[in-house]
This record gives sequence, C-alpha cells and structure tokens, in this order.
Amino acid sequence: MELNAITIGFVVFTIFTLGGGFGVVTTRNLFQGTIWLMVSLFGVAGYFILLSAPFLAAVQILVYIGAIAILITFAVMLTRSVTRIKERYIRIVPSFIGSLLLFLILLFGVTVPIFGGHLPESAPQYVASTRDLGIALVDENGYVVPFLLASVLLTAAMIGAIVIARDEKAKGG
Amino acid sequence: MDELCTGLCQLLVESGADAGLAHFLSLLVGVLLVSGIPLVTVIVLIWVERKVAARIQDRIGPNRVGPVGLLQTIADMIKLLSKEDITPTAADRVLYNAAPLVSFASVVLIWAVIPFTPFHFGVDLEIGALFFVAVASFGTLAIMVAGWASNNKYALLGAFRVVSLLVSYEVPLVFALLAPVLLAGSMSLLDIVNAQTGMWFVVLSPLAFVIFYVSSQAETGRAPFDLIEAESELVAGFNIEYSGMKFGMFFAAEFLHVFTNGILMALLFFGGWMGPLYYESPLIAFAWLGAKGGLIYFTTLWLRNTVPRLRIDQIMAFNWKFLVPLSIANLVFISLALKVMQELGVSPRNLAEAGFVELLPTTVVLLVINGAMTVYLLGLLRKRGQEARRESMAARAALAQAVAD
Repeated sequence: MELNAITIGFVVFTIFTLGGGFGVVTTRNLFQGTIWLMVSLFGVAGYFILLSAPFLAAVQILVYIGAIAILITFAVMLTRSVTRIKERYIRIVPSFIGSLLLFLILLFGVTVPIFGGHLPESAPQYVASTRDLGIALVDENGYVVPFLLASVLLTAAMIGAIVIARDEKAKGG
Repeated sequence: MDELCTGLCQLLVESGADAGLAHFLSLLVGVLLVSGIPLVTVIVLIWVERKVAARIQDRIGPNRVGPVGLLQTIADMIKLLSKEDITPTAADRVLYNAAPLVSFASVVLIWAVIPFTPFHFGVDLEIGALFFVAVASFGTLAIMVAGWASNNKYALLGAFRVVSLLVSYEVPLVFALLAPVLLAGSMSLLDIVNAQTGMWFVVLSPLAFVIFYVSSQAETGRAPFDLIEAESELVAGFNIEYSGMKFGMFFAAEFLHVFTNGILMALLFFGGWMGPLYYESPLIAFAWLGAKGGLIYFTTLWLRNTVPRLRIDQIMAFNWKFLVPLSIANLVFISLALKVMQELGVSPRNLAEAGFVELLPTTVVLLVINGAMTVYLLGLLRKRGQEARRESMAARAALAQAVAD
C-alpha cells in the first residue's frame, strides 16, 4: 500500500473508530462512554469522506453526533449511577462467541451480496456526487419506493412515540 | 502542472520547490489564513459588541485603553490569561478542558466553507450548507460536556436548558436553510451566492430569512433567547465553574458565532459579495460581503439589547408550535409554487442561471404567497396574544376575588 494522504487518513480514522469503540466498552463511566461513542462515529464519518461521499459524512455527524449521541447523554444522565459502576460483566466466553458470530454474519452478509463472493480488484472509477444521490432517491427508476416507505415508517414511528409519551390527563384539553 | 496548483503553489513551483511540498505549503497557508481571520476578527468583535451595547444603554463603553478603547479587548485577554486556572477537584479533567476548545472550534470550522469573494474561500464543499449545520452540532456537544464535566448541579441544569433550546431551534434553522438550497439547486455556498445574480433570495423567500434570523439568534443564545446566560436564574449557566481563558473561550465562541451567522445570512439571502462593481476587484466583493454581514450583525446586537428574556416554556412553545410548522409550510409552499409555475412556463427551469427579468414573474408570485402567509400568521399571533391576555386577566380577577373573600 503506497503512502499517500488517503492512506494516512484511513489509518487516522481507523484509530478513531476502533479506539472509540474500545473506549466505549472499557470505560467505567457512562458519560465518558458516550463521548467515546461519538469519537467512534466521527471516525466513520471520516471513512465516508475517504469514499467520496461527503453528504453521508455530514449526515453521519449531524444525525449520530448532533442528535442521537446527545439523546444518549440525556438518557445516561437520568440513570442512577453514571460514574461509579461497580458491577463487572463476567461472562466473557459467551459474549466472545456472540460477537464473533455477529462479525462473521456481517462480513459475509455485506460482502457476498455486493461482490458476489469475490472482492473486486479496484474500486469503480465513477464517483457519484450528492446530486446523483438526490436524483436516485426520487427517480422512478431509482429508489423512490423504498425512500417513500422509509419516510412513512419514520413518520408513523414518530406519531406512535408521541401518542405513547402523551400524558393521559392532558387528553381532555 | 497540477490543475489545483495555482496562486502561491504555482509561485513556489516556479521558484524551484518540489510540487508536492508546494501544494502542501499553499494548503497550509490557506488553512492558517481561514482559521486565523476569525481569531483576529473576534478581538474586534468584542469591542464592537461592547460599544454598541453601551450606546444602546446610553453609556460610553470602553474608552480608556487605546484610541476609543480599541485595545480594551487585548488588555482583557492579558488579564484572563494571567488569572488563576481553576479546575474543580471533582471535575472530569480531560472533558472539562476539552469543552472550551470544541466550543470555539465548532465556530471556526464554519469559516472553512465561507466564500469571502468569488475566488477566495477555504474550500468549496458540495455540501457546504449541510456542513455548517453538522459543525454547529459540535457546539451543542461542547455545552453538554462542559455542564457535565464541571460536576456542579447549576452547570448541569444550565447545560440541560441550553441543549434543549439548541436542539429544538436547529429544526426551523435547517428548514429555513433548505429554502436557499432549493432555489439555488445546490448546497455549495459558492453556488448559492452565484445563483443570486438574478435576484436575492431574501426577495424570493423573505419568510425563510426571518425564520433563519430568529433561530440563529436562538442558536447563539442571544436575547430574547438568552437562556445560556440567565444570570438571575442560573447563577451563570453551564460555564459557572470555568475561569480565566477557558471561560474567555466560551465567550469568544459566542461573539464569533453571532458574526458568523451575520455573514452566513448575507451569503444565503443577500447575495453575498454581489453589489455594484463587485466584479472589478476581489477587494470590492469582500467589502460588500463585510458590509452586508456587518449590517445584519448590528441588527442582532440591537435586538439583543432591546428585548427582555423569555421564559423557557414560552421559548419552547414558540419553537414547536409556531416556527417549526411555519418553516415546513413555507418550504412546501415555495416548492409547490415553483413547480406549478415551471409547468405553466412562467418561471425558468433553471432558477440559478436566470436573469433579473426572467425571474420577475416568479418573484411576484412568491412574494404574494409570502405576504399572504405573513398576514395569516400575524392574525394568528394576535388571536393567541388576546387569548393569553384574557386568561391572565381572568386569573388576576379570580385572585383578587379570593383575597377579598
């Protein structure tokens, strides 16, 4: 592998992603755990930049760090003991087997359908722009049906959440 | 030679430097300039802010250090730097120290995509507008971290209030931001400015500008949304434990954020560097951008120093029950009207490249739609205000009755 800006970037973002993930599972402090999670997600955003998908990178930061991680910090603050967790998770062997299985499933589940079992020699030369992505999402020959379905699903989930969270007493008003 | 290698890079290569090194050096100079300009600007901004606030409150303001008090900020900086740097014993040391840096960086990073002139910009990202929103979310994160890492209940309470405010107002901000993006057909700030050659977007969608203005005032935590610095309610808010330059960095970030928003609004809605003779020289273009941004910046200061603070429930109700639905409706109406007009042939297919005359019918129709919405909204607000007044009068009458009994 030749040493150029992309390689250096890949190494840096890998350190971010894996190091952040390592921090999440090893820290004894829930709040610091969420910060490590953000570091990890930030690294993933870096991968998107390297893959010439700046839109996905911005969305990754906006949605995962700006919204979901902030939401997790709120939830963490409401838990009883944020910093002094005494209990240790001791079932190491079952969790090792479980994570290994998950890794293998993801590895084959993602690579086989895309590349048909064998990895391609090099990446395709055509680089799609954000405009292409937008057109593909609303084009009738593209992904308009999945896009609409996902939108409807999200809207339904949001309305459902509001209905569940709604105060019973407030219904009269 | 490399197409990207122009200007300084070209000069270095011609004087015998290695091409890679020259490219790297010119990029480095660009990065230093783009991040350095805001750092220097903020020193002046603090003086401007204090002077304007003083004039509005019928005071003179800083006037001792240097001519008309211009060096006051430098004196303050030296004072802040020489102050004792206190870290609470129970604080989370790393996060506590990182928060002010992240807060300031979140604002400085916005400047990376701001085009100063048609030819001078840090980088022209395809997703410039989205980049601005994504980077701004780091500011929210910094406040949350600062509030938690201080290990102080007032800091944490303050952080909670601020974060709920910031997260809420991000929604109308993004929807308002989508209006220029929709009109220009691009998220790159350079394209958005160039698309305003025919007509400024503030004329095409004044409501989007108003929504953006109000929500950015909330995003920077300025009055009437100044929950960040509600001295009388929260001691000081999320930054209560901070002292010295770390405290100063939060403030510098806030001052700079207000000015950055002024510049952004000038770019998104007021045609950026467009103005008489802007094509003659980049300096004139830059001056136009500065003048427009400065004017919008001044109105935010004016607003900040004239209106009282709202209650948190009023702020939230105003956002979720008024601004969010309005921003969504505005976007729907604009896109619908544009599509209908394009089908009828009244409006050009490509808005970004249309001239002033071609855009006139579109402008008139959009203005009428915006005007109708404004009239309806003002009526709605008036009705709500009357209801609130009637309720409070009734409550007061009931109280007086109870006291009399």
